[in-house]
Parts: sequence; C-alpha cells; structure tokens
Amino acid sequence: MLTFILRRILTAIPTLLLISLVIFFLVDLAPGSPASEIPLTVPAEVRAKILESMGVNDPVYVRYGLWLKQFVWVEPLNLFDHFFGTTFAEGQQRIISYQTRSPVFDMIVQRIPQTMTVIGTAYLIGIMIALPIGIYSAYRQYSWFDQAGTFFAMVGFSVPTFFTGVLLIVIFSVKLGWFPSIYDTTLKVEDWESFLKQARQMALPVTVLALFNAASISRYMRSSVLDNLGQDYVRTARAKGMSERTVLLGHVLRNSLIPVVTVIALGIPSIFGGAIITEQVFKVNGLGAALIGAIHANDLPMVQTLTFIFATLIVTFNLIADILYGILDPRIRYV
Amino acid sequence: MPDGAQPVLDVKGLKTVFRTRGGEIHAVNSVSFDLRPGELLGVVGESGSGKSVTMMSLMGLLPSPPADVRAGEVIFEGHDLLKCSDEHLRSVRGAGIGFIFQDPMTSLNPVFTVGFQIMEPLRKHMGMDKAQARKRAQELLELVGIPDAGQRLKDFPHQFSGGMRQRVMIAIALACDPKVLIADEPTTALDVTIQAQIIELVRELRTKLGMAIVWITHDLGVIAGIADRVMVMYGGQIVEQGPVKTVLGNPQHPYTRALLTTVPSVRGARTAKLNTIEGQPPILKAAPVACAFHDRCPQAFDRCARENPARIPVGGGHDVACFWDPATNGARNG
Repeated sequence: MLTFILRRILTAIPTLLLISLVIFFLVDLAPGSPASEIPLTVPAEVRAKILESMGVNDPVYVRYGLWLKQFVWVEPLNLFDHFFGTTFAEGQQRIISYQTRSPVFDMIVQRIPQTMTVIGTAYLIGIMIALPIGIYSAYRQYSWFDQAGTFFAMVGFSVPTFFTGVLLIVIFSVKLGWFPSIYDTTLKVEDWESFLKQARQMALPVTVLALFNAASISRYMRSSVLDNLGQDYVRTARAKGMSERTVLLGHVLRNSLIPVVTVIALGIPSIFGGAIITEQVFKVNGLGAALIGAIHANDLPMVQTLTFIFATLIVTFNLIADILYGILDPRIRYV
Repeated sequence: MPDGAQPVLDVKGLKTVFRTRGGEIHAVNSVSFDLRPGELLGVVGESGSGKSVTMMSLMGLLPSPPADVRAGEVIFEGHDLLKCSDEHLRSVRGAGIGFIFQDPMTSLNPVFTVGFQIMEPLRKHMGMDKAQARKRAQELLELVGIPDAGQRLKDFPHQFSGGMRQRVMIAIALACDPKVLIADEPTTALDVTIQAQIIELVRELRTKLGMAIVWITHDLGVIAGIADRVMVMYGGQIVEQGPVKTVLGNPQHPYTRALLTTVPSVRGARTAKLNTIEGQPPILKAAPVACAFHDRCPQAFDRCARENPARIPVGGGHDVACFWDPATNGARNG
C-alpha cells in the first residue's frame, strides 16, 4: 500500500508539471495587458516602469520557471513559516498578483474560509441527503418514493444552478424576504444572533448547491444499491435469517458504497473550483469569485495559480479515491 | 406415511406465480411433499421445471414482486411458514432450515471476512457472544474440512477456491444445527472432482449430524448415489415421487423414463448420438389444465390434452401423475 501511494505520488509529478506548463502558456496567450487596471492618467513612461517592475517583459519561459519555483518552493516555505513562526522564506520573491500587488496566496487564504463553509457545507448536506434517498429508492424500486426521487434528481441535475439560484432569490429574498440574497463576508460568528444570521445567509447558496450535488450522487447510489440487491450474497444473508435492516445497511450498503465513494471523492475538487457560478449569483466572496475577478483584470499570476491549484486537487483526490477503493474493497490490494 | 414418522417439513398445495409484463407465469403448481427427519430427498428436473422456485417459496426467499406465493401451507415445527410473521420466518431461516446455493462464487459477500459471515447467524440465532461464535465458527470450518480453520476465518471469500467457498457455504448453513438443509444445485458450478468431494462431505455430515436434506439437482447420477427418496418435477409440478430405487428402477412417468434414457452409459457399445428429450419445457401462462408434458410425450393420448393427471399411488410410497401405465402400455385405471 505504501509503495503504491509513493509510486502514484511520483508519477503524479510529471503529470502536474505538464498540466502547469499547459495552464501557464495557455493563460499567457490570452490577450489583454496587466496594465489595463492602471488609470489612464498615469504617464506612459511611468506605466512602462510599472510593467517592468511587475516582470511582465521577461520572456515567458523565465516567468514560468520563476512562477514554478515560487509555487513549489517559496509558497510552501511561507506556509511553514506561517504555522511555525520560522523565517525560512524571508526575502524570497512570492507570487504577486497584478491586481493587488500583494501575494496571491494571501488572497487565497482570505478566500478559502468562505468557499469551504458555503460550498463544503453544501457538498456535505448533498451527500447526507443523497445517500438515504438513493438507498431507499433502490430498496423500493418503482414506488412513489422512487419516482419522486427520480423526478427530483432529473430536475436537480438538468436545471442549472444559476437558474435555481436566481429563482430562490426571487422567491425567498425578494417576495418573502426570509433570507438575504447577498452573502456578507465580513460577518463574524460570535454569538447566537450572529450565528443565526450566518445560517440565514448560507441557506440559499447551500440549498442550491446541495440539491445539485444530491441529484447526481443519489442516482449513483440508487443504481449501485440496485446492482447489489440482485446479488446472490443478498439472498444468502436473507437465508441466514438476517433482518432486512442488516441485509440492507450491513451487507448491501458496504458493497454499494465502493463505487459511490469514488464518485464523492472525485467531486471534492469541484467544491473549490466548480461552484464559481453559485458564488457569483450569491456574491459569496470565495475562490470562484476570485478567479472570475482575476480573469476580468488580466491578473495572470492569480489565474495561473488558482487553476493549477484546482488541477493539483483533482490529481490528489484521484489518488485518495483509489486508496479509499482499496480500503473498502478487500479484493483490491495495491502492491 | 408408511413408517409413521412425523414429517419435519410438510408442504401442501404450494402455488407460486410470477407477475411479469407479458402476463403471469405459473412456476409452481399445487406442489405437495413432505420430508421426514434424517432423510435425503432428491429433487430432479430440467432447468425451469420449478425445483429451485419451490424451495425458495417455502422460505419466502423469492423477491416479491414479481414472485407471489398464492396458496399452500408449509408446516415446519407446528407453524405455517407462509402465514407466520416475518419475525418468526427469520428465526427459522438459517436456524431451523439451512440453505446452500448453487454458485459459491457469488453467494458470499465479497467485503466481509468468512469468519464474520459464519458468525452472523450464530450471534443472531444462538445468542452467542463474539468469542463463543468465533470458537464455533472455527469448529464449523474444521467440520467441513477446511485446513488451518482458525487462520482462515480472517480471510475474505476471494481468497478461497470454488470448492472451498462451497464448504464455507455449507458451514454457514449448518451453523445453527438446522433440522432441514436445502441444497440448491450445490455442485453444479463446481468441477467434477470437487463435486465428488462436496457430495462425500454432505453424506458424511448427514450421518454425523442427522438432519434431513433436500438436494436439488439435474444430475440423476448424484441422486442415485445419495438420495433416499426422489421427486421428479416438470412444469412446476411433481410428476413422480418415491423411494430412489423404485423410481429409478421402475420409472412410471414417461418424463422420468425419458430423463433416464438421456444419461449416457459408460458400458457397452457407444450410441451414435446422445439421447435427448425433444422439445422445450413449457412456460405456463395459466394454471395447467392438461398434462404439462403431453406435447413432448411419446405415450400421450387424447385424455392427456384434456385433463391434468393427479398423483396416483402405485404402491411402496411411490406415486405418479400420469394416465399411462407402462405395465400395460395403455390407460391407467384410476
């Protein structure tokens, strides 16, 4: 198992290098100047100096090499310093955003909590809704519950989140006035009242995303449980006199979770990257919003860094899914 | 009952119907039989003759829908298993009646250890704690002839060979000392040498433990070797039933006779072609009103197409559901 993980991590390195190369050069090809944010009143020679100081005029391979070094070496050192109070990274150039002239990672660290609370909660709630629905739909196949579940999944999956998001805003914020339509990032949870406020502002985005996630996961769960309910070992368990509860939640569930856990693990990177649209709709100031903002402002380092982080997450969770698969299924042993 | 022993399992008028999109399929039609303590009852018939469905119906193991057990009673230890509570039925399954299934490759749960799967019924039915159940599970594995039983409890099903897995299935079925063991084609999926080992094992366990066994198979050779009594099924009905020697030595039903001619002989001159029974077993869309075998039967006459024959005793605990009498090659009286 350990050698398997090590081997996978080692093979991930060339993959990630290739991805970083593609991302960096593709983003670099995009038209537009990083100077577009600088007011036009700034004289041309000053503007040129600013660009010079940003390192924009260096050849692309120099910038790539520098960026890569900063990403894999300087920024982790900074993180280490941040946690342990050391000064290893002192004086080293960090990845600087064109927009804010501050380190890209500082901005990312600011944005992560919003994304994690809103999108992460939505994903968790989505899974918690989806698994029971999937299991029960399969157990009572073609019952009204199953039909309703199918309908719900179809709607949840086919209606885009920017539509359901706006719809919920119209109904619950504009007409009924129950929930705010804008997420207040500055809100700090200190007491019961601010907690309620936080819960209220999270309600709509979390609902939209949870429904969307639950729709697809419940389908996977249903088909996986259905698959297993027809297996011979289920009949064996019943012939042993096991209760339906034990059969379903013991024998069938453990087997059904094997493929679904993979799907769930592979979906986690999308918590960070995939909720861009929902973050926009509800003005959640998260990573997705940061990416969109950076694209608008031609902030290449920010876009490159964020995209590469998403890519790294996808590769990482692929590995985690494989490991989970091996833990859940005794037939799979990695050597 | 000739010997007067109380049957351990008594089935009367069992009817099972499958509801499908194309209409109803009558898979089991008024099947009645009993099983005496300690006897080995062989059930033979082609695929689709209703052997397995009959036994599954007894225990409510058929998925419903589409299966529907319409009528009948199944008396086991004074309770009708078709009408008792689910709770009671579960206390009978695995404890009073053990099951062995056809395919040992898929009948064990791949994600649990063999030990866990043997211990499950022990803990549920016998109220054992973990340590007791483990001890008993090890004894069971030793009983069915798995070497190094204590270590193998921790292994998963995929680490066992087919024959060994069937031994594990037998250990599970025997875990709670059942009065009845139902073996549904337990050797069909195994190769011949392993098959012989499993048959030998069951024969040995039967003398050791003394439970009654229902052995479903389509292999007449196996039946001749181990059964006390044999039941021939066709079209979801019992067409002939009796002690194994009389049924195989003096078969009354044309279907039994035809089945016996299909067994190739290893002695004497080799036949040019293997014997077969022409035609296909019927798919019954309604309860039978004629003999289900009449369109494949060389002896059929007009009455066979009009009326479904009832089972007629022919002496010595032997009965047959047929209008034709092989002794006279004419219609049977009665």
